[in-house]
Amino acid sequence: MLPAAIYLLVMFVYPFAYGVILSLQAKGGGISVANYLAFLLDPWQVRTVWVTASIAVPNTVLTVLLALVVAYSMRRGVWMERTITTALVLPIALGTVLVAEGINGFYGPKGWLNQGLLALGITDAPRLTHNYTGVMIALLVQHFPFCFLMLLGYISGIDPGLEAAARVLGAGPWAIFRRVMWPLIAPGVAIAFALVFVMNFGVFPSAVLVGQPAGATRTIAIAAYQQAFEHSDMAMASAIAVVMGGCQLLGLGLILVIRRRMAATGVATVGAGKR
Amino acid sequence: MISALSFRLTKRFGTRTVLDEFALEVHGGEFVTFLGPSGCGKSTALNLLAGLIPATSGEIRLDGSPIDHLPPERRGFGMVFQNYALFPHLTVFDNVAFGLALRARPRAEIAQRVRRMLQLVRLTEFEARYPSQLSGGQQQRVAIARALAVEPRLLLLDEPLSNLDAKLRLEMRSELKRLHADLRLTSIYVTHDQSEALSLSDRVVVLRDGRVMQVGTPAEIHDRPRTRFVADFMGYRNFFPVTVDRIEPGGLVVARGKDVTLTGRPVTPLAPGSAAVAAVRPEDVELTAELAGPNVVRGTVRLTEYLGREHDVEVALDSGTMVMARVERPVEVGSAVGLRLPSERVVVLPAGDGA
Repeated sequence: MLPAAIYLLVMFVYPFAYGVILSLQAKGGGISVANYLAFLLDPWQVRTVWVTASIAVPNTVLTVLLALVVAYSMRRGVWMERTITTALVLPIALGTVLVAEGINGFYGPKGWLNQGLLALGITDAPRLTHNYTGVMIALLVQHFPFCFLMLLGYISGIDPGLEAAARVLGAGPWAIFRRVMWPLIAPGVAIAFALVFVMNFGVFPSAVLVGQPAGATRTIAIAAYQQAFEHSDMAMASAIAVVMGGCQLLGLGLILVIRRRMAATGVATVGAGKR
Repeated sequence: MISALSFRLTKRFGTRTVLDEFALEVHGGEFVTFLGPSGCGKSTALNLLAGLIPATSGEIRLDGSPIDHLPPERRGFGMVFQNYALFPHLTVFDNVAFGLALRARPRAEIAQRVRRMLQLVRLTEFEARYPSQLSGGQQQRVAIARALAVEPRLLLLDEPLSNLDAKLRLEMRSELKRLHADLRLTSIYVTHDQSEALSLSDRVVVLRDGRVMQVGTPAEIHDRPRTRFVADFMGYRNFFPVTVDRIEPGGLVVARGKDVTLTGRPVTPLAPGSAAVAAVRPEDVELTAELAGPNVVRGTVRLTEYLGREHDVEVALDSGTMVMARVERPVEVGSAVGLRLPSERVVVLPAGDGA
């Protein structure tokens, strides 16, 4: 209990409180919300919230959906399971920058994919890097493994006997998913969704390295970075960071409310796993 | 709705043969038990019948027509699992209604049928509960109701009582017996417990390593085991290697071994001079004042166990062979006793039957 409290205090409460206080410091001294107003009233700045959301939300849906499909189809074990799982999880070990480099090397204008397409005579292939698409690809590659591992653990914890019981009672693959598996997986999916969303909303390296940091992928993290290190305005940067945290909390809260709703209607009352 | 079943099944996992040409005909309304130790292939056989795993070769016919090509969801069977496999997110009512809801029956009909099933397993007042709020016995009754609700053509039960404690197991056994007497559903029951097999079944199939050892009524299996393996499984604890001496006019066999010369019932024809095994249950061994003679062995009491009404006694014969007896009056450890092996209770089996 005590070590946990100390950890929270040192690693979370103090920096967080420090940031909040910093964000409330006015230029001439004293306390004001001027930094927040400056951010929210500047269209160029406030636009970053929508830019970030327009990356984070669709990407989260895509990542979770893809991870769900792959993890669900692997629930009863597949051929070469270890190798496949390792390959799927590898990007975690590589780090953001390496992944971004890889994406540039493969999807970039001079990348293998484009050269392959050119060799096939396709010259008008859409641009896949240094724009919105590039960031989407990078985030998917980075966050899919987390999401996949989490859901695979969740799904394989469900007693396979339930599926067998449902089948014998007349349920086909879709009915098994909808009536048995989905209700048991849904709480896990909600948590995966929340985690991926929070990670996506803080996107910074990918947005710079494979995105278009001056325009289409100028995310809120970039805005905060610029205030802090290009304009040396730590107070403003803190304000932006607090707005970012607020957005993440809002998304998180929304997802947890939905999860609780599901529980209230009896969908997720008992949870998954063997008794 | 009551169907006759016939099948012939082989299942291999890689090079391992789990079921070797297992064939059987089950009459409509019959209760058949697959009995055997773990790994004998009995559960595999049940899963093959349900269609949950594919057979390597063979066929399954229900009322004469093959059903091998049907996936489990289209076979219309009911199945009860060892760990109940109730849907944890559904109430008792919705668990029992599951199969009916998939068949898109009208709501009123479903409700009526679910309530009747819950009445049948005496769980009417529990319909709004979730499985986690029920005891093991109640959960298994829900699982049975769920399987019965769809009016299955065949009911498959996979060790349904083995997760229950001893007292509950006896209660549920009677409950299953009552249900089968009421509904006369063609049922296949898998267990490793000989007392369940004997008390529930019309017929018992004893399996070992994927092969049928013996098929018969409970009484046949109990009284006339054909191999040492079946005898062992049916509670014969004492085995004496003997050589057949001669066949008596009444059909009894006189056999001679290093411990005893005895008369017993042969289960299969035995030729004089052939090697055999004489088997007798502890319950059938009697204490006697005689210390020698036909069908009598002599030894020293090594161990006694008090069972309430009876005593289990372990007697070491002079040759070192141990004999187990269940007797009504106490005997003292260390005392010399004579034990009679009653002729009509001694079964003489061929030795080296491959079992």
